[in-house]
Amino acid sequence: MYSQGLIGADGATHEDAAFLEAFQARIDAELKIEPNDPMPAGYRKTLVRQIAQHAHSEIVGMLPEGNWITRAPTLRRKAALLAKVQDEGGHGLYLYSAAETLGVSREELVDQLLSGKAKYSSIFNYPAITWADIGTIGWLVDGAAIMNQIPLCRCSFGPYARAMIRVCKEESFHQRQGYEIMLTLSRGSEEQKAMAQDALNRWWWPSLMMFGPHDADSTHSDQSMAWKIKRFTNDELRQKFIDATVPQAEFLGLTMPDPDMKWNEEKGGYDHGEIDWDEFWRVVKGDGICNRDRMKARRKAHDDNAWVREAALAYADKAAARETAVAAE
Amino acid sequence: MTEKNTPLWEVFIRARNGLSHKHVGSLHAVDSEMALQAARDVYTRRGEGQSVWVVRSSDIVASDPSEKEVMFEPTGSKIYRHPTFYDIPEDVGHM
Amino acid sequence: MPDAKFKYVLRLADDQLILGQRLGEWCGHAPTLEEELALANIGLDLLGQARSLFTYAGEIEGKGRGEDELAFLRPEREYLNALLVEQPNGDFAVTIVRQFFHAAFMVPFWSAMAASSDETLSAIAAKSLKEVEYHLRHSSEWVIRLGDGTAESHRRTQDALEELWGYASELFEMDEVALEVQQSGIGVDAAALKPEWDATVNAVLERASLTRPADSWSQSGGRTGQHSEHLGHILSELQYMQRTYPGLSW
Repeated sequence: MYSQGLIGADGATHEDAAFLEAFQARIDAELKIEPNDPMPAGYRKTLVRQIAQHAHSEIVGMLPEGNWITRAPTLRRKAALLAKVQDEGGHGLYLYSAAETLGVSREELVDQLLSGKAKYSSIFNYPAITWADIGTIGWLVDGAAIMNQIPLCRCSFGPYARAMIRVCKEESFHQRQGYEIMLTLSRGSEEQKAMAQDALNRWWWPSLMMFGPHDADSTHSDQSMAWKIKRFTNDELRQKFIDATVPQAEFLGLTMPDPDMKWNEEKGGYDHGEIDWDEFWRVVKGDGICNRDRMKARRKAHDDNAWVREAALAYADKAAARETAVAAE
Repeated sequence: MTEKNTPLWEVFIRARNGLSHKHVGSLHAVDSEMALQAARDVYTRRGEGQSVWVVRSSDIVASDPSEKEVMFEPTGSKIYRHPTFYDIPEDVGHM
Repeated sequence: MPDAKFKYVLRLADDQLILGQRLGEWCGHAPTLEEELALANIGLDLLGQARSLFTYAGEIEGKGRGEDELAFLRPEREYLNALLVEQPNGDFAVTIVRQFFHAAFMVPFWSAMAASSDETLSAIAAKSLKEVEYHLRHSSEWVIRLGDGTAESHRRTQDALEELWGYASELFEMDEVALEVQQSGIGVDAAALKPEWDATVNAVLERASLTRPADSWSQSGGRTGQHSEHLGHILSELQYMQRTYPGLSW
């Protein structure tokens, strides 16, 4: 289950002041908004985009880990990984359903992904090249996602909040299975320890980028905060994540790949080095190692299996026609 | 080109006998058999269910939110429907 | 007898492992999200069955080999799965027909095995039966929809039937190993399950308006470790970690 700061959301609204004020009053009173309730067009648009982006991330997120199901080192690990990647598909499904309550179809949403119009979390444009990456993805990527998602369980839009509650409940094993893999590696041979450190080195910075740009550079954050779609800022969540993760890395005996990382007594949290935002934007814009492969894989699955979906629909039509004919006799 | 839409279904699950079916989410399926199977595969992976209902979303008849006040507000003033409306001396005991 | 029983359980374990491995290849590439979850559920059932069976095979052998030693560390000629389950996924029709043939066999098989005098196998059978009954329902419904869907889906599914038909007969073979285990009251007379398999297949093919292929060819050999070229590639992925980093814990 993954989400990242919304990229390029447009919070513009055209409603009159009284309407917007009344809507905001409901939000401020922590009343949930349900699909048929009146809502500003900008609220609807922002939600569709965010929920869809979240759903797409789940679906694309199946690929890097799915890539290791056939190679998992033990049967126990294989079963856990298959169950985990399957969960991600389920989470994508719950989220598409939540977006659909706002008047957009699954088919349209999938089209937006496949045409490249919709974004998904950039973290999945990095390759999972060793088994330690599976541990690291569970530990860091799911860990960062959980930081993002827990506040979404209280999101002002009912269907999104309900989907997230289900997701968070199911997700609780994902991070643990990842950390357990890391624990096994860090207690293993020198080769395994090196594999774990190498994976941490590669995934640490992209994990921090999952929280999106710094608050000062995050253009659409304020409106989402006011609408209680978002509850914490990008930097707040990133800080929480770092503070939770550093001791976990220490426990593993691994070194954070950030020489500037140090405890700041005054703020009661860790300071970290500067994130490479050029890299962040390069990957967001499509130039990560795996962007092209991910889209190719999604399009191939969609196109190669179009005949299956057509066949099922054709059968249902025929069966319905047969039933009508029998009823008419 | 967007392909033809597969119908949307709402899924209701009875967690165990004695409880009513509760709405848990939605899915897409071409017909009722596929919807039932998908409901089982998607929504009962952790032993959540003993019984599943699937209903085509388009078959659900819903009240109009703009009529919320007409539909539901009049009931608010009928406080005599609630047990706390009536004063019974403590000495009578639990009633 | 212990040797025959070991082989017998290993054959069963390998069938479920290799078919589960094949389904794992679908993950992330299924026709719909709903089907993504369905295929993974079936894969997880098969993996679970394989794990119980490998663990038991290790106990029968008594040499201290556990599920992973047996699943990952044998040479190709010692894998004893039927050729059917190692056939490539192909298109969705091939995957579904392969699953259908297998499930239509496993339902009566586990049903008979539940009466085994061997308590472990009887318990595994009782649990697995519930799982494969669902696999049969799932694959049957797909065969019906693909067969009676569009002209293209009908053609693809008929092709899949022809492509896989000759691999089904191996499931019913009773060689010396199978006979010995069956005669001791532990194993199942697979040959006797053929009429039920035929009835299931005929009924579904009829509803799907598909044609039952002629019994013009058949292949076997998997039960004695004589495989198609596909198995080697499956193993090169399956065994990759265990072979590259021998003797480590994961």
